[in-house]
Amino acid sequence: MIELGQIGTVAGKEFRDRIRNRWVLAIAVVFAAFALVIAYFGAAQQGSVGFRSIEITIASLVSLVIYLIPLITLILGFDAIVGERERGSLDLLLSLPITRLELILGKFLGLSGALAFATVAGFGLAGIAMASQLDAHALLNYAGFILSSVLLGMAFLSLAVMISVFAADRAGASGLAIATWFFFVLVFDLLLLGALVATGGHYGGAMFPYLLLLNPADVFRVLNIFSLDDVRTLYGLATVFPDELANPWLLGGIMWMWIAAPLAVALWRFKR
Amino acid sequence: MTDTIVEARQVARHFGAIRAVDGVDLDIRTGELFGLIGHNGAGKSTLFRMMLGLLPLTSGEIRIAGESVSGPAFRNVRRMIGYLPENLALYDNLTGMETLRFFARLKGADLRQCAARLERVGLANAADRRVREYSKGMRQRLGFAQALLGEPRLLFLDEPTNGLDPEAIREFFAILRELQAQGVTMILTSHILADIQERVDRLAIMKSGKIQSCGSVQALRETVNLPLLLEIGGAISAEQVAQALAGLPVLSIEARNGRLWVKLPREAKMPALTRLMALGDAMQDLHVREPSLEDVFFGLAE
Repeated sequence: MIELGQIGTVAGKEFRDRIRNRWVLAIAVVFAAFALVIAYFGAAQQGSVGFRSIEITIASLVSLVIYLIPLITLILGFDAIVGERERGSLDLLLSLPITRLELILGKFLGLSGALAFATVAGFGLAGIAMASQLDAHALLNYAGFILSSVLLGMAFLSLAVMISVFAADRAGASGLAIATWFFFVLVFDLLLLGALVATGGHYGGAMFPYLLLLNPADVFRVLNIFSLDDVRTLYGLATVFPDELANPWLLGGIMWMWIAAPLAVALWRFKR
Repeated sequence: MTDTIVEARQVARHFGAIRAVDGVDLDIRTGELFGLIGHNGAGKSTLFRMMLGLLPLTSGEIRIAGESVSGPAFRNVRRMIGYLPENLALYDNLTGMETLRFFARLKGADLRQCAARLERVGLANAADRRVREYSKGMRQRLGFAQALLGEPRLLFLDEPTNGLDPEAIREFFAILRELQAQGVTMILTSHILADIQERVDRLAIMKSGKIQSCGSVQALRETVNLPLLLEIGGAISAEQVAQALAGLPVLSIEARNGRLWVKLPREAKMPALTRLMALGDAMQDLHVREPSLEDVFFGLAE
């Protein structure tokens, strides 16, 4: 029987900890600043300053967030369990009337809360500042971008929690976290591209879009780019991407699987 | 209610080929202060962690108040346990009070207890300071306050006197005695024997995963019956001493650091002293070294 109160207590402590050490504030400020700078000065190189279309702004923010959010969430979560282990407090927590499932969920939800709060506050404030220039459709797109950013963060947070269960010590966990970031954010796409080029594009070309689903960062990119008509043509994706995948609900569902699966693996390992 | 609060039956835990705990039987009586002693790697932490339900048993059974620690009643069993792990570091960003409130919530204890527990361990003035600013001794006290949340009937204290100065150790044992008067059972480990030897009711000595010996300090001393050591100073040779002690069951005579060291069984003490006195002025100094409790432990744990 799961006791929600125990999950809430652990989550509340994690959330409060991140507010207290100003993590939430720092991330919110960074996000707000980036969003405003990109919205108003993104075209400076082309010689114009001022607000451009929300679609271009979102596309630029997506490129930024896809690097930044995986990195900050991996750093946020990599010591969730291994840190307690090293501190000697894990044994204490586990000697209390709480199950391992409740502990992991509490940790994950508390950190997710801190991430969601910082992301919504940061990009939300920027959104409010831009609101006068946005119509309802644009606002919806922007809200979708914020929501998908939170989901992206939760997916990497889930990976981070999994790392923190498997790692023997904090140093090992931080190494694994950086390696994970490197793989999903930098190496994965290159590998796919390399495979495509090596086979001359003759084999597996149709499979390519599906392989993108194996990377939460790519799911995030596709999710955002597909809701934006201008950008879709800009990227030339419309021609290669199968229609049945270009469904935000389906992609959102896949994101949730990316959140649930590493957590499930983490729990399996943690119970052994 | 039974007289025994912790029952361990043929408890074993193997890590691959290593038998960390190897067939331990142990009964902890309700209301006693019990010490668990052993070298590092003797298996006492492993046994501790199994009693707390943190580590599954390879074989055997542990019951606390008649219940399994990881069985369906685990929440109830754990609510009556207090635990202070060794080398515990708590959360730097929380204050002492927040730390206790966090653990009180998880334990299902009344939050109003927190202030009283801080008071009891002498941290009332530091309640609203962050743990980051606490000294090592204050952190140890906070960990102890945490273990006292709820109304624990059984306390597991792993190296509880670590980081405490002698004054704090005295206060700590004063609290333990108060708890004992209330019927609380306590199991503690320590590597500083002097800190606990005169304060526990019974001791178990572990070696290579087994309980080597278990009983009161006095009982252990008698079981072991280690030899005495006589230290003799002066212009006197080993041969002279050997001659004087001829006929007594002397175990060894060594010359070391300009002094003579005679090892002999306790029952030969008085006759040996009488004969040595007869050597007169040549002997300038004589010490009788009783085996210390430490020797008893190392004798058993060797």
